Formats: sequence, structure tokens, C-alpha cells
Amino acid sequence: MPYQTATVDENIEISPGVFSMLVPCADRAEAGQFYMLRKPRASVLLPRPISVCDLKGGRLRFLYQVVGRGTEELAALRPGDELCLTGPLGNGFPVGQASGKIALVGGGIGVAPMLYTARCLRELGVAVDCIMGYRDSVFLTEELGRAAGRLLIATESGAHGHKGLVTALLEPRRYTAVYACGPTPMLRAVTALCQKAGTAVYVSLENKMACGLGACLVCACADRQGKNRRVCKDGPVFRGEDLDLDA
Amino acid sequence: MTLKTKLCGVTLKNPLIMASGTFGFGAEFAEYMDLSALGGICSKGLTLHPKQGNYGSRMWETPAGMMNSVGLQNPGVACFISDELPRMRRSGAAVIANLGGGTVEEYVEGARLLDSADIDLLELNISCPNVKEGGANFGIDPEVAAGVVSAVRGAFRGPMMVKLSPNAHDIVDMALACEAAGADALSLVNTFKAMAIDIHRRGPVFRNVSAGLSGPAIKPIALRMVYEVAGAVKVPVVGLGGIATATDALEFILAGAAAVQIGTASFVKPDIALDILAGIEEYMERNKVKDLRELRGAARL
Repeated sequence: MPYQTATVDENIEISPGVFSMLVPCADRAEAGQFYMLRKPRASVLLPRPISVCDLKGGRLRFLYQVVGRGTEELAALRPGDELCLTGPLGNGFPVGQASGKIALVGGGIGVAPMLYTARCLRELGVAVDCIMGYRDSVFLTEELGRAAGRLLIATESGAHGHKGLVTALLEPRRYTAVYACGPTPMLRAVTALCQKAGTAVYVSLENKMACGLGACLVCACADRQGKNRRVCKDGPVFRGEDLDLDA
Repeated sequence: MTLKTKLCGVTLKNPLIMASGTFGFGAEFAEYMDLSALGGICSKGLTLHPKQGNYGSRMWETPAGMMNSVGLQNPGVACFISDELPRMRRSGAAVIANLGGGTVEEYVEGARLLDSADIDLLELNISCPNVKEGGANFGIDPEVAAGVVSAVRGAFRGPMMVKLSPNAHDIVDMALACEAAGADALSLVNTFKAMAIDIHRRGPVFRNVSAGLSGPAIKPIALRMVYEVAGAVKVPVVGLGGIATATDALEFILAGAAAVQIGTASFVKPDIALDILAGIEEYMERNKVKDLRELRGAARL
């Protein structure tokens, strides 16, 4: 269903400012795809692009961080409230072509798409390591630990796992491919490490969007040839080396 | 009950047209709605040569609106004709090609290519606020606007609608100048020149400093402009600017618009135009309006 209204089952704060929402939905989404979410009669105009964190038992799970009024209003939704969804949108990670062992690297709220991605990969018999970076408090680690063969954690504050950046824990040579989602500096660093090691790298971008369908062109990013790519339609997942992440 | 709308010789099955820049070339929305239910689709703003558009932030949301600074990113007129037009034609909606440009020569050359293409209507965009060279400037001064309109008139034989900028010195003067220069219809308004500042970076959000404001925030001003222009010109007026509901669309029609365009609202719900259409039909039924034309300008004093 490309556009639908669903009823929120659960919407809870799992870490300061980070919410987990469950919505019944009959869709089949691919790992790394996203939905445009909007509260009916919201005070903000546009829906918000939120990635699929998980999909099982006929329920979609979204993990999102409150960063402004739009996400504040999503966070205020209670079980039984209505939510408008457009999606699933975008290309997603290339799990169908995966083999060997994949590293999933998430930074901050960028860990969200990695749970469903890990589960999809494992179902295909592909080995998965999760390497997750947080500022201070961690979230989704229990589920990621169950879904992945190995879970490595880094926090900038040192509160959990390795003290420092997530990239310190990534050894690309051990993997056939690396999938990453998180802040642009992290994606840039992960891409550089993978290129040096000759490991395939796929990055998922989080640009601001308006339509989510590839029409309005406000989410464009630049590739290495200086051409524009639509994050919502051509992405959100791109080969790391194809993008000019400094543009 | 009929919503059939005639616009300078072009028959639309209803007065709802998808606004340029918000609907791609239609195909992007095909899996979300039946495109053939629409009156017409305006293409993404085209220029003679392909354009990469602007760098940096391209969008900023505001209360009840959004600003964009896409900068007319498009594949160019020739590529539009070969790659996008055939599919757009199959949509079943009237095909309107929106043409922008940086110089009069560019406009004329683009119009010449479109003259032999299978389009129903040309929408001449003299109002994009996001391109530095020309574009918006053509839409500010009536004499400059008349120059480009009459030059394009000489190169394009089909029906031509001119899209006006609300940033014009005087919207009525501008409308009269474009009508005199050969416009068969006028569409208004494009986005309002606006800006935002990033308080953390302490700099403008957009590299061009200003960007174009659209959405419900601009509707009352757009409506006032459509009312004024519809009272001053003889050619049909197409109203746009923040239309998000059937009530909004009816307001523009009652102000004198022959048709309306839906833009930013499609971002909120992809098939919102069909909701608006259903709402207009319901209004007509409830008020025993047999022909939508009975409503055109009915609120005018």
C-alpha cells in the first residue's frame, strides 16, 4: 500500500530523546527502505522520512530521534492514535546480492535500519557483525546482539564499550562488504577505510526531504561526476565511492 | 455535473493542474494515483540546456510552508521531449511544458523546440526566484517581461500561459504587460522570495541567501493577487499558491480563476489532488451547481 493510515500500537522512549514506534502494516519492505511519516492534523507541513527499523509479525517498527517539532509530534502519539504512512520508499541495502560476511556500521540514530538489515541478511545465511557508535547512552543493543553474530559498541563518552569513534572498531578487511548509516563525517571515514582495504561499501544518507518520491529534488546529493542523485529515489543507499560526500 | 474547463483552446477534464516543480514529470506519482483523473500536469521547469541546480541546502520548512532553492535542476528541453514527454502524454492528463531560461535567446530556442513537440500548453516561467541569471528578473519588471513574452510568442505557435511571480513590482501591471505581449493565459503565483538564517552557523541557510516560499502560508496573498489580476485581464487566469483543500481551490475559482494548480500540498499526501477534486464535486452537488463555470468569479464584487 503506497499511502495508508495506520493505528499506532506502541510508541515509547527507549533512550533519552529516542523513540520506538510499532505500527501494524501488511507491507513487505526491504532492509534500508524508509517511510514518510505524518501525524494527521500535524502543526508541521511535511511528513518525516524515517527508516524501517524492523518488520515482523505484521508490524513495522520505527526508531527515531526527536530533533524538532515534527519528531516531537510523532513522539506525542499514543497507542490507538492514527499515523499516515507513504512507503516503503527508496532502494535499500543490496542484501539480495550479499555473501560471506557483512559489517553493519551505525552511528547515533543511524543504527535504526541495521536491525532489520541484520535479520534479513541472517535469513539469507549471510554472516553479520554489528558495529555501533553512540554519543553516550546506547539503544537497540539487545536486539542487535541477538540478530548479529557479533556486536561491537563504541561511545564517545566511554559509558559503554570502546571509548571513541565507531570507526576505530571497523576492520574492513574482515568483510565482503560494509553497510553504513550515520552522520556524514562517519560515512566519509567508513568509505575511506573500506576503499583503502578494497572492501565494498554502501552508505545510507539522511538528507532532508519533501516529497520522498523523487519529484521535488530538494534531497539531492552529488556523485563523483558532479551529477545530482536523489536520496529518496536513487538512494538512500549508494556505493560509498560513488558519492562526493564533501559537496 | 461538469467540471470540464476550457483554457485558451485546451479542454481539461477538470480544473486541477499539478504545479511545476512539485510533480516531476508525473511518473513519480503514477503508483500513488490515477494520473488520468487530473486536468493537467505541468512539467518540472525546463531550460534549453540541462541544469544541475543549486548546491547546499535546498529546502527549509516553515510554519505552514516550505522554502526551496532547487535552482531549476532539469534534463534540458531536448531530453524532456525524447525521454519524458511520451510517458507524460500517456498519463491521460493535459501535458503542460514549463519553460524557464536565463536569457531571451535561451527562452526562444527552448520554445522553438517545444513548438514541434506534442504538448498541449506551454507555461512560460518568468518567475523562478532561485536562478541568479535572469529567471526571476524577467518576472519583476513588466517591460522586461513583455520583451521575453513577445519574443517567445514569435517562436511558439501553440497556446501559451505565462507564470507570474508574486515578487513583481505590481502584479496587475505585470499581468497586463504579459497579456499585451501575447500571453493566452496567466498562471499565478510562483513562490515568494524569502529567507532563513541558521542560528548555529550564524549564516543564511541557502547559498543564494534567498529561496522561494510556498505552501498554505502564502495562500491568502496569492488569492488576493489572483482576484486583482482576474479583474484586470481578459485572458483566463490559473490560480495557485498554497492550495491544500477543496475550500482553497474553490476560493480561487470564486475569485475568478478558470483553473487551479496544486503544488506543495502533494508532498503532504501524494494523491491530495484527488481529495480536492472530490471535495469540489461534493460542493457542487450540495449547492446544485451543474457546471463549474457558474462558480468562476462568482465572489467578485
